[in-house]
Amino acid sequence: MGELRLMKGNEVIAEAAIRCGCDGYFGYPITPQSEVMETLMDREPWNETGMVVLQAESEIASIHMVYGAAASGKKVLTSSSSPGISLMAEGISYIAGAELPCLIVNVQRGGPGLGTIQPSQADYFQSTKGGGHGDYRLIVLAPSSVQEMNDFVELGFKLAFKYRNPAMILSDGAIGQMMEKVVLADYIPRMTTEEIDKKYGSWATNGKKVNRQKNVITSLEMDSLKMEVNNQRLQAKYAKMEEEEVLFEEIQCEDAEYILVAFGSSSRVCQKSVDIAREKGIKLGLLRPITLFPFPKKPIAALAKRVKGFLVVEMNAGQMVEDVQLAVGCGLPVKHYGRMGGIIPTPSEVVDALEQKLIGG
Amino acid sequence: MTEEIIIAGFGGQGVLSMGKILAYSGVMANQEVTWFPSYGPEMRGGTANVTVILSDDRISSPIINEFDTAIILNQQSMDKFESMVKPGGVLIYDPNGIIHSPKRTDINIYKIEGTLIAAELGNVKTFNMVVLGAYLKAKPVVKMESVEKGLEKSLPSRHHYMIPMNLEAVQKGYESLELVQVV
Repeated sequence: MGELRLMKGNEVIAEAAIRCGCDGYFGYPITPQSEVMETLMDREPWNETGMVVLQAESEIASIHMVYGAAASGKKVLTSSSSPGISLMAEGISYIAGAELPCLIVNVQRGGPGLGTIQPSQADYFQSTKGGGHGDYRLIVLAPSSVQEMNDFVELGFKLAFKYRNPAMILSDGAIGQMMEKVVLADYIPRMTTEEIDKKYGSWATNGKKVNRQKNVITSLEMDSLKMEVNNQRLQAKYAKMEEEEVLFEEIQCEDAEYILVAFGSSSRVCQKSVDIAREKGIKLGLLRPITLFPFPKKPIAALAKRVKGFLVVEMNAGQMVEDVQLAVGCGLPVKHYGRMGGIIPTPSEVVDALEQKLIGG
Repeated sequence: MTEEIIIAGFGGQGVLSMGKILAYSGVMANQEVTWFPSYGPEMRGGTANVTVILSDDRISSPIINEFDTAIILNQQSMDKFESMVKPGGVLIYDPNGIIHSPKRTDINIYKIEGTLIAAELGNVKTFNMVVLGAYLKAKPVVKMESVEKGLEKSLPSRHHYMIPMNLEAVQKGYESLELVQVV
């Protein structure tokens, strides 16, 4: 078993990046995720593993540094919070279009605009439906604990490299700032130039060898027929993710009549709501999507065959609820309960909403 | 066992670090823990609070609206959190800086002269450890040896020479808790 620590979610992102053999971090500070870079700077991994940590001049510069490093087959990440991710959106679209692996961490805060520094989940649409321009998808992982902040760094990189696609950890200020017990992973050494060449030499721009064609990294294709083929290749990749990479957790769903659907920190609140409701005699369960893209459509559709209704609990005005409605189809009530502006709902508030919107209604 | 605690006072009183040491003590006792701070634009002199949950089981919500114990270290926090203690729960406060004493009749109330005791100990910065000691007398959720280990883990090694002083403050607080009302 790995080392046991009490750490903040943000600190763990940094520690996990070092330990999983990451080659570089490029970022720009913003509350509530600044501890990611603070921890990296404090740890000085360049002395230990050779990992580069660089504070760029802006979020736009950070994401394009990630683009460049990822193009050479390196394992790199950036992190920011909502307004900073908006600034990165163009670069993220380019990285998705150029089919490069990288990890982006969004420790969400309330918006729109500069909004608030308090936690929010209002970037669900931005993360799962695009954010930047063009038909692209990110692999989106939603941690609900500090332990998952740790685990999803390695998982995010694994999926990013498997699909040559950017992966995102969609966290929020609550999980970023919260301390919990975490079992840290063991160190994985960084890949050597030779190893990168052997594994990713077919695409990475890490120096042309005499016996192979030059690799070109670009998202540009002026021939529309070829560009359509590129898009079809991307779509096939996303379809494969939807088949193979869906992750979710079901809590007390076996005998449930009503289901809460929630991700990240609101799913933690909902776990307690389930306990409160069951004490009142309401058979309530919780489905927690862990991958937001690919979205767990099938498990929700399966539950829809035997329950009376769904309440989607989010810290936003109603975003994931649309995906739940699509998965459920017609015939069953799918309601939304949300708080905005940096407010986290309390467990009993969720039970009240359930009684008003579903059971009473 | 699950213990849900709010520690609330002024920034600079050591509210967050007291919570961290308590949480680390829980980790050392093999409990599940969460430490959830207020992280607004607070600074020294502003209000600060932290929710700590210690449990033998998986912890669901780190965000809660009622507490088993409230440790209250200024008037603003008394105004905000007195009503959020569960009936039959515990409220501990330092009377220094409290103008309106707690009024609830359905909770157990204790006093700790943390400010005075820390001054007598010759280091006002040990205030939070005095209060921690008092809390552990009212609610022995972790053993003193776990607190010692928690201090070792949460303080950087360059500060380890201060651990005996801190433990003395914890002990003094433990011995100085005053009962105001028991239900």
